[in-house]
Amino acid sequence: MSEMKTNPMKGQSASADDVAQEWPLWEVFVRSKSGLDHKHCGSLHAADPQMAIQLARDVYTRRQEGSSVWVVRSDQIVASDPSDKDMYFDPMEDKVYRHPTFYKLPSEVDHM
Amino acid sequence: MTTPSIQVELSPSVQYLLRLGDTALILGQRLGEWCGHAPVLEEDIALANIALDLIGQARTLLTRAGELEGQGHDEDQLAFLREERDYRNATIVELPHSGAAGESRDFAFTVLRNAMMATWFRLMWERLRESSDAELAAIAGKAVKEARYHQQHSADWVVRLGDGTDESARRMRAALDTLWRYAPELFESDAVDASAAANGLGPRWDSLREPWLAEMRELLADANLDVPADSAFRSTGKTGVHTEHMGYILADMQHLQRAYPGGVW
Repeated sequence: MSEMKTNPMKGQSASADDVAQEWPLWEVFVRSKSGLDHKHCGSLHAADPQMAIQLARDVYTRRQEGSSVWVVRSDQIVASDPSDKDMYFDPMEDKVYRHPTFYKLPSEVDHM
Repeated sequence: MTTPSIQVELSPSVQYLLRLGDTALILGQRLGEWCGHAPVLEEDIALANIALDLIGQARTLLTRAGELEGQGHDEDQLAFLREERDYRNATIVELPHSGAAGESRDFAFTVLRNAMMATWFRLMWERLRESSDAELAAIAGKAVKEARYHQQHSADWVVRLGDGTDESARRMRAALDTLWRYAPELFESDAVDASAAANGLGPRWDSLREPWLAEMRELLADANLDVPADSAFRSTGKTGVHTEHMGYILADMQHLQRAYPGGVW
């Protein structure tokens, strides 16, 4: 607790506005074992980073899924716009020459 | 047709293990009452995790108590078929989560009790890793990790609420006034402790008092809460004399095993 820099509940008055206030959303990434990547596994609400890490541990690693957890505020993630999907991703459909399998290897090159 | 109660041979070593096992069992049962009722979904899961850790610890401790007793009683018989006077948990864990205003579940009360008990259990497990009983030492080695997390999680809440809004601070102070009076029982020693200390089974409970107080004073200072004055009141659950709340917990816990003898999933 001594590491806790801020207490989000401190100094708030218990007005109806505050009661309605939602904790921010966090995205959770879990690494299943050393050497593997952290993978996105879900999200949760928490008041601050410390609570987010603890709750991520409780919600997403209770069946031995993890050896490391990352959390990041969802509003800090910049995402592509779904309406840009056509423009962004469809043009790649017919660019078969971008795959190595498009090219025929000379027979001298073995075991590629 | 109901299952009759079992009679337990209460040697000092068996009593020592029952005190630990029952304290974990009853606190786990109490925490289970939050399932589906916690303030937010994430905390609901966190509390259930803690409850399940405690029930797991109780299972291993009661199993070991049954082995040392030597009458063939297993964990289920010990958990579900004893009379109230044969339960040896500290009284603090059997108190309901009621708030000062009569709410049936007061979150401040729950997180403060969890912080007090997790600190106590962590100190206890650290010492029990050195137990002369290899089985108990192994149980402690696993449980100490669980208790460390329980302590961190509940202590964070104590600070958030104690040093939080006027309302959360008021609730924490009320919970502290109630719970603090039950702490001395966790640090009193009797013949059971003397026997456990002599044969190396585990520490005398009074040896945990100073380290526990030091950690609690630091936590309460962080939470902007005053340490309450000492009280002359002494609770007696670990000698088998319980509050009026105990009977209701046991009725809840025992009715299936009593009504359906030997029932399993």
